[in-house]
Amino acid sequence: MTGSVVAEADRPAAGEAGLPPLLEVRDLTRHFKIGGNLSRNTLHAVDNASFVINRKEIVALVGESGSGKSTVARLLARVYQPTSGEILYQGTPLSSMRTRRQTLAYRSDVPMVFQDPFSSLNPSYRVSHGIMRGLKLHRRELSRSQRRVEAERVVEAVGLTPAAEVLERYPHELSGGQRQRIGFAQALAYKPKLILADEPVSMLDVSIRIGLLNVMAKLREQEDVSFLYITHDIASARYVSDRLMVMYAGHIVETGPTEAVLANPKHPYTQLLLSAVPDPRAPLAVDAETDRGEPPKVINPTAGCRFRERCPLAIDTCSHVTPLPRLLGSAHTAACHVAEADPSMPAAVG
Amino acid sequence: MSSEPEIEIRDLDVAYTASDGPLLEVRDLRVEYATAGGLVRAVDGVDMKVHKGEFVAVVGESGCGKSTLLFAIARLLSPSAVITGGSVAFRGQNLVTMTDKELNALRWRDYSVVMQSAMNALNPVTTIGAQFKDSIEAHAKWSVAQTAQRCVEVMKLVGIDPIHLNSYPHQLSGGMRQRAMIAMALLFTPDLVIMDEPTSGLDVVAQRLLMVQIKELQQKLGFAVIFVTHDMSLVSHFSDQLLVMYAGQVVEIGPTRAVFDSPSHPYSRGLLDAFPSIRGPRVELTGIAGSPPDLSNPPDGCRFHPRCAFAMAACFTEPPPLYRVGPALSRCHLNAHEPAELPGVPREHPGIAETMRT
Repeated sequence: MTGSVVAEADRPAAGEAGLPPLLEVRDLTRHFKIGGNLSRNTLHAVDNASFVINRKEIVALVGESGSGKSTVARLLARVYQPTSGEILYQGTPLSSMRTRRQTLAYRSDVPMVFQDPFSSLNPSYRVSHGIMRGLKLHRRELSRSQRRVEAERVVEAVGLTPAAEVLERYPHELSGGQRQRIGFAQALAYKPKLILADEPVSMLDVSIRIGLLNVMAKLREQEDVSFLYITHDIASARYVSDRLMVMYAGHIVETGPTEAVLANPKHPYTQLLLSAVPDPRAPLAVDAETDRGEPPKVINPTAGCRFRERCPLAIDTCSHVTPLPRLLGSAHTAACHVAEADPSMPAAVG
Repeated sequence: MSSEPEIEIRDLDVAYTASDGPLLEVRDLRVEYATAGGLVRAVDGVDMKVHKGEFVAVVGESGCGKSTLLFAIARLLSPSAVITGGSVAFRGQNLVTMTDKELNALRWRDYSVVMQSAMNALNPVTTIGAQFKDSIEAHAKWSVAQTAQRCVEVMKLVGIDPIHLNSYPHQLSGGMRQRAMIAMALLFTPDLVIMDEPTSGLDVVAQRLLMVQIKELQQKLGFAVIFVTHDMSLVSHFSDQLLVMYAGQVVEIGPTRAVFDSPSHPYSRGLLDAFPSIRGPRVELTGIAGSPPDLSNPPDGCRFHPRCAFAMAACFTEPPPLYRVGPALSRCHLNAHEPAELPGVPREHPGIAETMRT
């Protein structure tokens, strides 16, 4: 039910109509038991998340620490099993993929790039090791010499030259930005369809980040890869993404085309997030509602909107009815009782 | 190379507006690390002044020496790093030549430090209150009641419920831990608080909140701040002076607004162009190609020339001094002649583009 509104909104327009979306998530939920064995506390990391990622699309998932965005990535990478809900990859539910061959195929189609380039590469092997191993496992058709050629190709594709030399280096000989490019090259070696990039630039210097974002945009064009770009930096999300999903305390609270969401944020949390972004080109917004709130702990949550404690617009309903995503603009949804639809939209959707 | 008379490079007063003597004056500070690959000069001839109540931001990429500068000022360098020259005058006293005993009288009472990651800087196995008490006992002889009262006061000051004095660091959120660190730095209401990337690891909302709070506290208590960060956008609305460091040297220093509106050093401009905006048209950005040089073997001439789009013949051989550009100083040969503008490069950001053209 919640799934349908969002999924319909994000589905590609005609042309691709025959094909199922690259990845579709329906009512995805993941809870964690916390505390000792006797504890009955559960942490609701992700609740009823539904979204679609299309081919050659960069989707940004934005939220503060603890909002559940990394859990979503791990669910998609099958590191965690969902508590409930379903992930469909090209129309096939992940839960139906049981054989090793199917699992391998999915893993090579949907690899992950990690946040910390300093701990995600094995320091005792050369850079080529990780890439060649991936090729050996996921690209069985390649001969030894073809693997080498392919490894050089992916290293060049992420902007590292001379490729042959870079492959022979050890991770400690590379800078943070270069290491993170190797992370992307490893993912790229599998001929992926969708790369899950979990905060790939947050550990890097601001001056280097933009180079990696440009690599993502380039790979999308040249290698036809989609990205799920997870970040807390809404400005970088705007820079690369086509669509934006905003997550708060385990709920996806707003989705839509990036420019539409930024120009006209519907959910009060998105508005707060936008007002907090430092922008030297704009004067300081003095009224930047000095928000003193803290993100809620989502342990044993009760019904109701999880943002209500911090929300300037909260009404009675918010404290006992969990808002569902509503279609409020063209392909633009928000899970808020108060948010108003664009004038052009027919009323009472969802 | 300039027909203009050479300006006094040491004279930084042009960059400052306050009239009374500086609280902190750093002159020609040099710090070297002894490494297997030879001597690394991490801080090379830095001059800066901090006046009472002023907010000075130090920005640059990792590895440009900004944290080393900070630790040198606070005399907190760990052994392989040595101050090899220059002076740090804090209220007229040279910190560099002081003994540990003399320093102890100043530390925490007159200047304090907020470390980068509150997760690692706070002791995980004792409560916040116990750590506050430790710092007080190390630097003053207060009664138990006085100590307890001050702990409650500073917690209220930074907006944390004093009940958290009994909490362990892991029980607080990242933002609260960082604020607790700031509370600790304010125990004795020092004249100078040195902050090393206090907002790293926080998300934007918490980051913004912390910056606003630092500024409020500063206005209320009148302490000066030296604030180190790699994210230039963060300090744009908060700092009075901006000091841009590259490869151990100051490459640009001036009033924050002036540096943001018309950066005169290509490196400052590169930093400024490196982060995308959430407003205005979407433009393609390039960041700064390459990475900072190896300081054990810095490039000849201008240290930025291998990465600089404007490098000229002189840049390869002749190290540029700091030139005066309006209210700022800039270490770039392009600024040797008037007008002090960079050659035209299309700039999409409206505010800056306008100021550049005038």
